[in-house]
Amino acid sequence: MSVVTNTTTIGAIEAPSRRNTELLMLAFAVAIPVFAYANVGLAKDGSLPAGMLGYGVGLSLLAGIAHLMMRKFARYADPLMLPIATLLNGLGLVLIWRLDQEPAITTAALGGPMAAKQLMWSTVGVALFLGVLLVLKDHRVLQRYTYISMVVALVLLILPMFFPARFGARIWITIPGLGSLQPGEFAKIIIAIFFAGYLMVKRDALALASRRFMGMYLPRGRDLGPIIAIWALSLMILVFETDLGTSLLFFGLFVIMLYVATERTSWVVFGLTLSAVGAVTVASFAGHVQGRVNDWLNPLATKCVNGECGLVTETAQSMFSFGSGGLFGSGLGQGYSRFIGGIAPKSDYILATVGEELGLTGLMAIILLYGLLIERGIRTALAARDPFGKLLAIGLSGAFALQVFVVAGGVTGLIPLTGMTMPFIAQGGSSVIANWALVAILLRISDTARRPAPAPAPSPDAEMTQVVRP
Amino acid sequence: MSELTLTVMRLGFLAVLWLFVIVAVQVIRSDLFGTRVTQRGSRRGNAPDTRAQQQNTGAGRQAAPPQQQRQRRGAPTKLVVSEGSLTGTTVALQGQTITLGRAHDSTIVLDDDYASSRHARIYPDRDGNWIVEDLGSTNGTYLDRNRLTTPQPIPLGAPIRIGKTVIELRK
Repeated sequence: MSVVTNTTTIGAIEAPSRRNTELLMLAFAVAIPVFAYANVGLAKDGSLPAGMLGYGVGLSLLAGIAHLMMRKFARYADPLMLPIATLLNGLGLVLIWRLDQEPAITTAALGGPMAAKQLMWSTVGVALFLGVLLVLKDHRVLQRYTYISMVVALVLLILPMFFPARFGARIWITIPGLGSLQPGEFAKIIIAIFFAGYLMVKRDALALASRRFMGMYLPRGRDLGPIIAIWALSLMILVFETDLGTSLLFFGLFVIMLYVATERTSWVVFGLTLSAVGAVTVASFAGHVQGRVNDWLNPLATKCVNGECGLVTETAQSMFSFGSGGLFGSGLGQGYSRFIGGIAPKSDYILATVGEELGLTGLMAIILLYGLLIERGIRTALAARDPFGKLLAIGLSGAFALQVFVVAGGVTGLIPLTGMTMPFIAQGGSSVIANWALVAILLRISDTARRPAPAPAPSPDAEMTQVVRP
Repeated sequence: MSELTLTVMRLGFLAVLWLFVIVAVQVIRSDLFGTRVTQRGSRRGNAPDTRAQQQNTGAGRQAAPPQQQRQRRGAPTKLVVSEGSLTGTTVALQGQTITLGRAHDSTIVLDDDYASSRHARIYPDRDGNWIVEDLGSTNGTYLDRNRLTTPQPIPLGAPIRIGKTVIELRK
């Protein structure tokens, strides 16, 4: 009969694998930093830099291996996260190499050229990325380690207190002979696992046991325990490690996850109030934090360092570089962000270099790239089917977003400067390694979320009843 | 290196950077999930048509009657299952009798506990009007909320309910 030949079926599209899209985007993401590399070389020396081929091949290899492993182990994962992370990391390498070309800030005392070292750390980061994808077959395994991760995160957070402060903040631990690392970067991933596991179990108590008051749900007094505990911990970080960034990151992460888990606006109000009270109290007596706040409030005040007076604050210098960049920037390799001094332009103030050499246009593109990466993380959380995966994805992208906000806000003068690093772009081994691991976990959740549901087991007579027959 | 080359590179780099952002946004846009029309026949022309109507079925039930007045001139060309486990299935109307029921030899085999094995049939009369007739089913066939007792002509877009399944004729 001709009926069957004219039958049309409309069904839901299963998410396609999209690995080919990812490959194209990755090729694009590798080409842009290579272009930037050539641009810096042409601007500084008038010739293509010698290391360009090696750099391009290295970056392509890293991206290519990561892509092949994605094809094998995370077929259905999001197609954009890996290209964006590669692009940001590649641009960061170019910017650090570009600042290495300035003899004034590349002295042996300041650590010498750092691009090669950063490339090595990026390789380690991609290796960890692959390791996480390989070992972590299902993100729900992490749920078993809820309280272990709490302990590990606490240890990582408390450890730096026993090491000497560097650049005014105790967020490093130094291993003699090996170098130093910032445990806070890893702690943010581990504590997101703890928050996700904890809130998944406790969210009903935190959301439902409340009274309605003035349009808000007020939680019971005893339910305030966790938020007060985390608040106290973040204040302790602020006091003893004198680092506003880490403290803000942990408390903010908890408030974000609490809000997402319970859908209660009152937690956000509580969180903002508590952090405002805490920050003002600590800033009024802790010297280092106070200094940062003063720099923020009066960026143009001059100060004396080592007997040399009339020095302007770094905040002011970074604002000058943003200003001199204007709308379209001075061009890569043609800015003067070296005047910020020290290694700050490579780490904390790398956005100032972006702002000066690429202008507002380039800075906005970079911030949009971070925004897209975070959006993909939140999209992953929406698509995830299990509550733990949802909370973990929100927590990880929230931590990433808070870090970007804290650093970008600090450099542009919106909030006092903190000791965190711009993910992927800024110089720093711990940061780049930890953020690659973070992206790997997000991709793992995304792979689980977007994988087409397995076909239901065929019942013996399904074939008989569900097919349109002539 | 000449000033001009550097300016071109500077602006070119910004353009490429933004191109990446725009392409990324396009990838997100094409990443939205939707419905897909699988054509299993030779007539490919009605695919977009089907898709548009499919999207209308949920929300457009109330909006349908005014449309029918316009469409009455044409005869229905297909039968669409709009609710139930067979949602999305369409059968072209080509003058043949369509039988509905749980029996295997029905044109549309209903996987529905409330349907009888030979539940109803839909056939054209001499003037080309499509008629629905209940074949003595246990739970009855409903045309637009009224239980059928006699064969009745089917207006375009009127829902025919059999158990959990809803069928309608469309142009």
